[in-house]
Amino acid sequence: MEYLSILFDQIYKILFLLVPVLVSVAMVVWLDRRVWAFVQKRQGPNVVGPFGLLQTIADALKYIFKEIIIPSSSNKVIFILAPIVTMTLALIAWAVIPFSATQVLADINVGILYLFAVSSLGVYGIIMGGWASNSKYPFLGAIRSAAQMVSYEVSIGVIIINVLLCVGSLNLNDIVIAQQNLWFVIPLFPMFVIFFISALAETNRPPFDLPEAEAELVAGYQTEYSGMMYAMFWLGEYANILLMCAMGAILFLGGWLSPLEIYPFTLIPGPVWLILKILLLFFLFALIKAIVPRYRYDQLMKLGWKVFLPLSLIWVVLTASYLFYFNLLPVN
Amino acid sequence: MIAHSIFFYTFSIIAIVSAIMVTASKNTVHSVFFLILDFISISCLFIMIGAEFLGMIMLIVYVGAVAVLFLFVVMMLNVAQQKNQWFSSEENSKHIPVGLIISTLIFVELIIVVGGWKYKPDLFDINNSLELAKVSNTHSLGQVLYTDYIHVFQISGMILLVAMIGAIVLTFRKRVGVKTQSYIKQISRERSDGVSVLNVESNKGVKIDD
Repeated sequence: MEYLSILFDQIYKILFLLVPVLVSVAMVVWLDRRVWAFVQKRQGPNVVGPFGLLQTIADALKYIFKEIIIPSSSNKVIFILAPIVTMTLALIAWAVIPFSATQVLADINVGILYLFAVSSLGVYGIIMGGWASNSKYPFLGAIRSAAQMVSYEVSIGVIIINVLLCVGSLNLNDIVIAQQNLWFVIPLFPMFVIFFISALAETNRPPFDLPEAEAELVAGYQTEYSGMMYAMFWLGEYANILLMCAMGAILFLGGWLSPLEIYPFTLIPGPVWLILKILLLFFLFALIKAIVPRYRYDQLMKLGWKVFLPLSLIWVVLTASYLFYFNLLPVN
Repeated sequence: MIAHSIFFYTFSIIAIVSAIMVTASKNTVHSVFFLILDFISISCLFIMIGAEFLGMIMLIVYVGAVAVLFLFVVMMLNVAQQKNQWFSSEENSKHIPVGLIISTLIFVELIIVVGGWKYKPDLFDINNSLELAKVSNTHSLGQVLYTDYIHVFQISGMILLVAMIGAIVLTFRKRVGVKTQSYIKQISRERSDGVSVLNVESNKGVKIDD
């Protein structure tokens, strides 16, 4: 009985986290399309519901009722597993995101490593989908995205080391609390820019959407998918984007801290601040989708390995020497 | 502690079964996926004994990077047919005795190592003095690696660096006649290099390309 009550308690907490995440994914898809449309002087989805807010839900319903087509020459088990893996990995990472000092599902010691590990596993959904489809375009898309995601993960890892040098702990709440006096976006601004661009590449967003470049690869690894399986890829992708935004907000923008510790700001609770910061970063993601043309593949690789990796490595040395020289290294 | 042992046995069984399936499955890509499952369940076991840092590093390094490259190679080279041939055809079965000898050797070595395993006599005293509850295992791992064994750690890092450079040198081919984009060339191009204004007299024309 004791185990059962713990189990139900946990399930209740998990649902309380997952349902808002899924709803916000739906809303964010709408926001993305609206921002994209407004930059191009169009209206965007504005018919279903007020301001077209329910457009994504209508789309999801349409996908649910469509037939799932499984190509006869595909590797069926892996083909079906791929969208499930994408969706699951995009959702389990939310377990460690702190919404305030106490509102965390799992306040683990190595929270940032967990986030990094889960986001680096995200590539499997894409490779599995691309390979199991047994078709040219999905396979090319999968190969491209595997190389791209592995490359940009490296620089994200080095950027995380930068932040960890200033914090002295791998716990996400500690990282947020360490920014009480100064958000890391100010001393580590170049790292924030590189993190943001690497996050674009890691989530296959434009201008780095080579894996699904519609002009060359139809839809890349999603080409053979239909119905609910396609919708799961699509939702997982947006959940991943939100997760990268949350990671950026926690690492550089002070997580659930309010920008100034003075009266009108302190009234607003922590979770609201975190959500506002996530939305700000997502707005930038959406703007960039609308205003930047797609990169060429060799340029993308060159940017990752020859520009971002050396820059972030040099910055690690700089940060470490600065902290060491002024005796600011966090020691507990 | 019932839940704990249930989880332990679940993860160990998954680890062992998937390790067997890595060698048993006919399709090479499936083998790699089983290998990934093996890595994941082993990192779960690491986390269960409280070594959460090692578990996460295992996930990041092996699952996030090494296995992706395995998968990459296996998918590109189409090794699946080769593996089938090895098992089915008669002439290639001479690989099996060699494999058996090597695996017996490794097994015997493992038994010798595990059989001669002794804990350092003062290990438990160190553990108690560290006050495990206060120091997270990331901190204590760092303390051990960067103070007690700093030279060994540095040397292994150098070996890895040499291996990396060696791999690059071995596979690097300088190809001649390939057009590549050079940013410096593009940026340093001036108007005077590309365009010249000529005063062309009528009915005489001008000679270009000289």
